[in-house]
Amino acid sequence: MSLKYVTPAKVFKRYLPKDYVELVDYGPFGKTQEEAGPQNMGQFKELVEEHPMCSGCWMAYYIRLIFASLPCPEETVTLGTAGCGRLAISQAAVPFIYGNYGDQNAMASGLTRAFRLRFPDKTKDVITIAGDGGTMDIGFSMTMHSWIRGEKFTTIMLDNEVYGNTGGQESGMSPKGAVLKMAPLGKKGEKMPATDLAIAAGCVYVVRMSPTNIKKAAQIIRRAIFVAREVGPTFIHAYTSCNIEYSIPTEEVFADAKEKEKGRFAFYEYMTDASKEVIERVEGEEKAAKKALKAARAEAN
Amino acid sequence: MSAIERPQPNKTKTFVDMDYLLHEAPREQHFITGAQAMAEAVKRANVDMAIAYPITPQSEVMHLVGDIYAQGHLKEYYRAEEELGTMSAIAGAARAGVRLFTATSGPGLLRGLEAIASWPGHRVPAVLGVLTRVVNAPLSIQPDNIEMAYLMHCGAVMLHAENQQDTFDMTLAAFAITEKVDVYIPVSVSTEGFFVTHAKGYVDMMSEDLAYKDFDSVAAPVPAMDNETPPARIQRDAPVQKSNFMSYLIHSVWQQEIWDSNRRAMKYIYQYLGGPIEVVNPDADVFVIASGCAAAQGREAQRYAEEENLNVGLIKVRAIRPFPIDEINAAVKNAKTLIVPEHNIIGWLSKEVKAAIPNGGIVVEGPRVYGGMTLPVELIMKEIYTALGLEYDLKL
Repeated sequence: MSLKYVTPAKVFKRYLPKDYVELVDYGPFGKTQEEAGPQNMGQFKELVEEHPMCSGCWMAYYIRLIFASLPCPEETVTLGTAGCGRLAISQAAVPFIYGNYGDQNAMASGLTRAFRLRFPDKTKDVITIAGDGGTMDIGFSMTMHSWIRGEKFTTIMLDNEVYGNTGGQESGMSPKGAVLKMAPLGKKGEKMPATDLAIAAGCVYVVRMSPTNIKKAAQIIRRAIFVAREVGPTFIHAYTSCNIEYSIPTEEVFADAKEKEKGRFAFYEYMTDASKEVIERVEGEEKAAKKALKAARAEAN
Repeated sequence: MSAIERPQPNKTKTFVDMDYLLHEAPREQHFITGAQAMAEAVKRANVDMAIAYPITPQSEVMHLVGDIYAQGHLKEYYRAEEELGTMSAIAGAARAGVRLFTATSGPGLLRGLEAIASWPGHRVPAVLGVLTRVVNAPLSIQPDNIEMAYLMHCGAVMLHAENQQDTFDMTLAAFAITEKVDVYIPVSVSTEGFFVTHAKGYVDMMSEDLAYKDFDSVAAPVPAMDNETPPARIQRDAPVQKSNFMSYLIHSVWQQEIWDSNRRAMKYIYQYLGGPIEVVNPDADVFVIASGCAAAQGREAQRYAEEENLNVGLIKVRAIRPFPIDEINAAVKNAKTLIVPEHNIIGWLSKEVKAAIPNGGIVVEGPRVYGGMTLPVELIMKEIYTALGLEYDLKL
């Protein structure tokens, strides 16, 4: 049903909020990445416009990037849990399910299977977007088991290495030695090896990154979604700093993300052969379509 | 997205409404366990998806549901990671607009309770089997319905089955009740583990070629989040971060709506199950009021009393939520004593009955057994004799 699903009846249009009507009339639903992708963030009608996150929040930037990169926003459902990220995700013009603490991957398991049951001939993308606490701590069992069962959806972990929303407590993804609330003498254990765990649990496409390069980050998000549709569970472990709890001045947030790229968030991409085939096919098709469009435009001119 | 290979049904089904299924369809008598009765109801309920996680004494139910999935009666079935994952997956699948079933017991119910408690607020129209057992510790797996006390304040509709026949009928009816537009909250069907789940009884069942008509997610009062069903369920102005005032206002209004939905389920309990209570000998001075297996023992006590020419009645409570306050008040308006036998230590039913009637002092709290013990009829008889001012020589 896609765009039709959000399109209001003409008679109701004048009573709906302006931003909703504009989203339907000029938004990214039903458009290609060329027309509405992250390269147009800021000038195109995006899926996340305003958000209540802190000034300089790197997570908010990455969440906008996720929504701008969706291959098919009109057929996408997102799921999340408690945490800062939820505040922005729940404002997006894409259905969002907020369940209980850390259960996003269990909910996504039921949702994805039920979608495939009801719509065997349609593509409906399911994406869980949650923080390091929700994905690797309280939701660890449900995250791992969804991967082990081979559930076909994408898990995106917004790793700010701390519980930002509850006031800065240590998480399993905090680096060893970090002095944080509930770790007054510094964190004792190591940062959890999330990408290793994902691969061991059967994820077929895994990326760890600090998303400083918009184009590359968008490509990774799309790859993860395309592969999840056909092959199996995919996982993106993205650094999305908490500039408040780690006292990163707003103007240095980007520099911090660049710095992290040199260390524990050095770009890492893993894919199975089957995943590689999907990526090559899809990106090949996109390239060909782009070329054809360019040629058609040249001919028209 | 590719289709998933699923077992194909070996027979063509005839889809009918619940009134026909429960009240008109010819039935044949079978001698089966309570676990079988619940699974047979799931078979006829045309369930789309069941999610399983083992815990004794529930496991038998979900084993059997797995078997009927393999036979093609369900479209999807899997074993989840634990109870919280199970109940969360049910909540996720509900958003896609499918008919859902799962079951649990005792500690499993408590482990999944966070998600279950959110089902009504999420408007999850699922049926939950609760095959009761003790809550640890010390470890035991025996029957005891104390976990129902924890479930009572979640918002779900709660039915309590006395025997295998009730388990079958209530489970079937639960699917119709949960999907009603003016209800659309989960319905639980509880019965005592082992006493019912692992024991055989006579169950009158309609043909398995009959099935409850398909779940219509488009008719749901809360649209599925399938990007197909308008109005779009998107939120561009989430209340919680905009204003705490809006957040608690919306939440409090929603809680009221959930409990109103719960009350609205009552008319369907009448429609499908004949009402929330059953009254035997309505003119009695002394009533035994009980639910579940305790009602079966109460029924025996009433029969013994009748044989002994004692004017004793029985009120069997089928619905724990919505609690039949008006019906109980009407039934006991002339009663002098109400005896409430229970299979739990805290006496949640006697507390409910006491709170429901204006003269709570006439309630005898007990007898109670717990931890897996059986409830001897003689214990109830002793209370009956005491209530009538007679001596009773208790021999157990």
